[in-house]
Amino acid sequence: MEHWSPTSTTSSAPAEPKPPSTARRLLGDPKVVVAGGFILLLIVLAVFAPLIAPQDPLAQNLLAATLPPIGFPDAEAGFLLGTDGLGRDVLSRVIFGARISLTVAFVAAGLACLIGSLLGLLAGFLRGWVDALISRLVDVWMAFPPVLLSILLVAILGTGVHSVIAAIVVIDWTRFCRVVRTETMGQAQMDYVVAARTIGFSRRAILFREILPNVMPVLIALLTLEMGIAVVVEAILSFVGLSVSSDTPTWGGMIAEGRQIVHEAWWVLGAPLAALFATVVAFNQLGDGLARSLDPVLRR
Amino acid sequence: MLLSVVANRVAMALLTLAGVAVIVFILLRVVPGDPVAMMISPGAGPADIAALKAHYGLDASIPVQFWIWIKGVVTGDFGTSITLHLPVTEVLASRLPATLELAFLALLVAVVLGGAIAVAGTLMRRTFGETIIDSLNSIMLAVPDFIWALALVLLFAVAIPILPLTGRIDPDLAEGFTTRFYLIESILTGRFAVAGDILSHMIMPTLALALPLAAVIVRLLKQSLKEAMLQDYVLLARIKGFRELRLVLQEALRNAVGPTLALTGVQFTFLIGGTVIVERIFAYPGIGNLAIDAVINRDFPLIQGLVLLFGLIFILVNIGTDLTVAALNPRLRHA
Repeated sequence: MEHWSPTSTTSSAPAEPKPPSTARRLLGDPKVVVAGGFILLLIVLAVFAPLIAPQDPLAQNLLAATLPPIGFPDAEAGFLLGTDGLGRDVLSRVIFGARISLTVAFVAAGLACLIGSLLGLLAGFLRGWVDALISRLVDVWMAFPPVLLSILLVAILGTGVHSVIAAIVVIDWTRFCRVVRTETMGQAQMDYVVAARTIGFSRRAILFREILPNVMPVLIALLTLEMGIAVVVEAILSFVGLSVSSDTPTWGGMIAEGRQIVHEAWWVLGAPLAALFATVVAFNQLGDGLARSLDPVLRR
Repeated sequence: MLLSVVANRVAMALLTLAGVAVIVFILLRVVPGDPVAMMISPGAGPADIAALKAHYGLDASIPVQFWIWIKGVVTGDFGTSITLHLPVTEVLASRLPATLELAFLALLVAVVLGGAIAVAGTLMRRTFGETIIDSLNSIMLAVPDFIWALALVLLFAVAIPILPLTGRIDPDLAEGFTTRFYLIESILTGRFAVAGDILSHMIMPTLALALPLAAVIVRLLKQSLKEAMLQDYVLLARIKGFRELRLVLQEALRNAVGPTLALTGVQFTFLIGGTVIVERIFAYPGIGNLAIDAVINRDFPLIQGLVLLFGLIFILVNIGTDLTVAALNPRLRHA
């Protein structure tokens, strides 16, 4: 049955099983699958919100104000999670609120990652005065309470999604810069970089074709974590009343309303808070799982 | 040796602070929207606006304004709050004690809670209990103070309505204090009923600030303890017949605590930053809550004073952390 050949003996040697592909490893991690699945679901909800939401999120009906969620006395069919103080459907507002949260998460975290890691790569690779300048800048930045700085920035830039995104980018690029700088400095010492130098690769080629791919795993994990942070910052700014105008549903805005009427209608606070909690935990667990699966050292 | 390191860091920190002050000062003034626009009545004419601007010294050029401000700062005069009509130093002095009491109580709770859970987890090594602690903690690590604060509101406002939701103290009890450190003063003067009322107001904001820090402490301290428990001196103590709890507390903890302490210092600055939003949620009258109002009202002198104050606190915490770590680690003491 078996055809003996030298290749088959070597390839089926018991000591060295072929390591599973990255995709397979990621799908085998329950953390990544569950958290990633939740984020995907959230993206689908946000994109198709007008089709999925059972009600118009802005439709007021004062006769149906503060109706409790289904399952509680006085609940009304059609309002699964009840209504808020103006009779608007809480579930529909949570679904539409995901649009702002996810937009801010992806755009703000992406831009912060781009700027921060570029500066981090340069500082860690070029060293010298470039490194000194960038590191000093990071130190000055970190001497600020981030929440105060973001409120200050949005107050200066004016309210709106663009300002919120700008504030997050301006504050959080340092997170990427610090980690990428350290990581790049470590990689630049490695033999493969010395080899590439010896062969005569240009500095740009070494930085972007040799070092960057090896910094990538850390970067992807950090990016995912940052998305969770961005969602919270957006919620805080909406809570304070500095994000988008109040006729666009946001989780933070709903939380602020719910906080005012928590004794009469706890679900107006509870529903968006639960959504925010689940989203933050999901981004965090996904980042954790990605770091574990993608990092060649942690992987073992 | 250590002294020169500290002096160097202080000089660096003051330089940073000066840079921050300049940036904030200029940013506030070059962007559209000023405090005068926030307070004029709709019918006010250009003459009224100009008069108001002159009154607050906002009609001078930015360098001149900065020169006047910085001259005052050096002599301890931070100007007058535009919205509160009080000297900025007076406003800050009246609000800072509330925030300090809250931040340090939260730090204490975080260290005690985090330390206890880390030790418990170490004692339960390789059991189901440790798995539960680890998985709960990995979720706790993701949850920021903002979410904790509101979850606590939900819990204590709806499920178990036993705690006051807002404020620092029952207004009827807030009399007869000589300082603004209400909690410390009421305990020192033996007014325990008053102290109890203050604490009942502080439980929720304190927990909201402490829980994220506790989670960080649990993760790092547990990891350090795990490594320390494998060391020879622990083995030796075990051979001598010491009980497990004593091994962890007396032998491992002392050697494992260093990295956690350094990290706690850094995280404490995040905790102080967190007071801004947590104080807002609980209408707690500290500098964080004040800061949000100051920013929304464009109260320039107050914003500038708050930024310097927050910066100064951050610097002091960092230096305090370095000194504590150095004092506890003999190898670093001579570095």
